[in-house]
Amino acid sequence: MVEWTEQERDIINSIFSSLDYEDIGPKALSRCLIVYPWTQRYFGGFGNLYNANAIKSNPMIAAHGIRVLHGLDRAVKNMDNIKATYAELSVLHSEKLHVDPDNFKLLADCLTIVIAAKLGSAFTPEVQATFQKFVAVVVSALGSQYH
Amino acid sequence: MLSKKEKKLIAEIWDRLKHVAEHIGSDALLRMFASYPGTKTYFSHLDISPGSEHLLSHGKKIVLAIAEGSKDISQLTVTLAPLQTLHAYQLRIDPTNFKLFSHCMLVSLAVYMGEDFDPVAHAAMDKYLSAFAAVLAEKYR
Repeated sequence: MVEWTEQERDIINSIFSSLDYEDIGPKALSRCLIVYPWTQRYFGGFGNLYNANAIKSNPMIAAHGIRVLHGLDRAVKNMDNIKATYAELSVLHSEKLHVDPDNFKLLADCLTIVIAAKLGSAFTPEVQATFQKFVAVVVSALGSQYH
Repeated sequence: MLSKKEKKLIAEIWDRLKHVAEHIGSDALLRMFASYPGTKTYFSHLDISPGSEHLLSHGKKIVLAIAEGSKDISQLTVTLAPLQTLHAYQLRIDPTNFKLFSHCMLVSLAVYMGEDFDPVAHAAMDKYLSAFAAVLAEKYR
């Protein structure tokens, strides 16, 4: 069981309540597809991913980025039970989407960078450490049902 | 693989940042110590508290080496030869830590540069730091 201090809970809640999901979601996903181009393998049906500009302006990618970020909401609201919260999504990513779980970390890292750029110096080393602890738990939960 | 355009972009970014080498370097180190406490074990001989002399000078040293390497990326093995020897035979820092530091450097760059640290710059920088780390570890075995 993952233990969270009051301070860590506050930090996570504060970060997510300050985010504009319509802005950050697309930015995080498109950055992942640009920085780690092999992740595009999962987005064959998403239209033009030919170059960075195409990816950044792709509406399907943007919509998907928003969906993914809203998916993270469930972890924020259930911090004491992230593994159970994501059990079904883990099965989906494994059995239906066939996503290599290493990719979850890549997206998590891109989300960290996007939030860092947004929050600037408010994204202190301590805030970063807490956020990374959170995404690490999420990443682990999403990979938990793979077999 | 870094394109010509990416190499130019990286050289430009580090040319600008070397003037705030202490700030960026110490920021990245602090982030690494906070997120990956195991990395502190390599610094038991230094005072790595925020703002300390040791931290600032060490951060500056690292950033200036990264900036120097960026001036001619095709010559990294030549430029880094002395540092390769230092890390392989004296410091013997486990190379997994290079990845951790690189990630924190990217975060520092995002915090410092904001929207200017766009996906293209991020991709180029990530590739450069990976190449730098790989060269640094070349003499390990």
